Amino acid sequence: MSENTARTRSTLEAQLATLREDLLRMGAMVREALHKAVQALKTQDPELARSVIDGDEDIDRLEHDIERQCLLLLALQQPMAVDLRAIGTALKTVTDLERMADHAVDIARVALAIGQEPLIKPLVDIPRMAGIIDGMLRDGLRAFLEKDAELACEVAARDDEVDHLYSQVYRELLTYMLEDPRTIRQATHLLFVAQHLERVADHVTNLSEWVVYMVRGELCDLNP
Amino acid sequence: MTERHECGRPPSELAAAALPAAAERRREPSRAQLDGRTAPPRFSFRSSTGEASKPAPAEAKLRTEDLEVWYGPVRALKGITLEMAANRVTALIGPSGCGKSTFLRALDRMNEVIPGVRTTGRVLLDGQDIYAPGVDPVEVRRRVGMVFQRPNPFPFSVFDNVAYGPRRHGVTSRSELQAIVERSLKEAALWDEVKDRLRAPALELSGGQQQRLCIARALAVRPEVLLMDEPASALDPIATGRIEDLLTELARSYTIVIVTHNMQQAARVSDSTGFFLDGQLIEFGRTEEIFTRPRDPRTEAYITGRFG
Repeated sequence: MSENTARTRSTLEAQLATLREDLLRMGAMVREALHKAVQALKTQDPELARSVIDGDEDIDRLEHDIERQCLLLLALQQPMAVDLRAIGTALKTVTDLERMADHAVDIARVALAIGQEPLIKPLVDIPRMAGIIDGMLRDGLRAFLEKDAELACEVAARDDEVDHLYSQVYRELLTYMLEDPRTIRQATHLLFVAQHLERVADHVTNLSEWVVYMVRGELCDLNP
Repeated sequence: MTERHECGRPPSELAAAALPAAAERRREPSRAQLDGRTAPPRFSFRSSTGEASKPAPAEAKLRTEDLEVWYGPVRALKGITLEMAANRVTALIGPSGCGKSTFLRALDRMNEVIPGVRTTGRVLLDGQDIYAPGVDPVEVRRRVGMVFQRPNPFPFSVFDNVAYGPRRHGVTSRSELQAIVERSLKEAALWDEVKDRLRAPALELSGGQQQRLCIARALAVRPEVLLMDEPASALDPIATGRIEDLLTELARSYTIVIVTHNMQQAARVSDSTGFFLDGQLIEFGRTEEIFTRPRDPRTEAYITGRFG
């Protein structure tokens, strides 16, 4: 095997490294968008909300770029085993990230819709949901970077907390609406926000599942 | 994604049971299937079980036990124990000099014609050791046919190339030979291209046609196993594609063992794959497992193209 020992596939390595970096960069952009959207809602800052909506284009562009990289790698490098799994993971995960960004835009739109009208209540649980999700996404991306399946499983487990908060928000907003029908418009908006966040957490769980696949080669359902 | 199972836990029996059926759907219906014979499972990304590295359950047609081949003082094969399932394609991969071709030749006693070669261990064909005393190597080579890397037709006509083996084995009837030649050429997917020029010299055929002629020649003596040593490496992509299609077709009736340097080819055509390195069998398992999640880091390094 001596004549083979020199082969290291530096082109493939370099392209996989770029792919990894771009995916992590996209993840960071999504985290920022989510953070800003919830912040805009909480502080009733339309400028901030608009910056989230405007920034979505960049995220979409990066998504397409990552997809193109994945397809080219599949076509030109014939990746196998761990490389194949990493590319499959990137290709699936990029869609989840893009959806998360879309939810950030939806939340920003709610912030604009509510505008400067007084909030029916101070926002507590929604920012708390956003905080948990931000931690999940941060650690999910770290699990991807460090090929840490354990961490990915642990991240997915945190989805339960988000689901719990979601039903709490739901029940609470319901009582507001029952008490005073004038709150229905805003409460419905806020309910949508909670729903968007709940969906974001599900996408983070999907991401975690693909990290587990990348590391172990097992397709698993972390959100049974 | 209905086959997903919980992280770290074995898949449901339902998912496992669904596998062969799902694999079968991917194949086009064949005569064999219409006859009620089961087709071998094909490459699929579906499974994610811990068991999956075992070959699909199928009867072992060929089995080696602690097979060793020595070229003089050099041990070229180190204790190979491997099962090759009936009606399946088994691919052997590995870098040059890893012993895969030596292994292939040991399966029909072809190493014996090389001076100074010594073989130990057993090679069981349908449970019977082909190296046992009293076994006729000529009969072994009839039951276990070989196709080589470069098409090597005899300088005869197309017809006489295919009829060569049967004649050597005593078939003299004109009509019987005619029938054998037609059947073999059809099985090798060459009949339509040569039926009007059976008397033409075989060397006038294209490289891809010559290789299929060699396959037809090997099939003419009705072997049970077909060994192929890089059968497509000297062919262009179209001829290669035809040979690969043919392999899938032939696996319905024959047990096929193929040595290839082309890993994509092994991934495309085989049911099971064995990775050889330095005279040892490093890893053997279902092709889909070997190429998506090999167990041994050396297999991983080889199939991802990162050796060393």
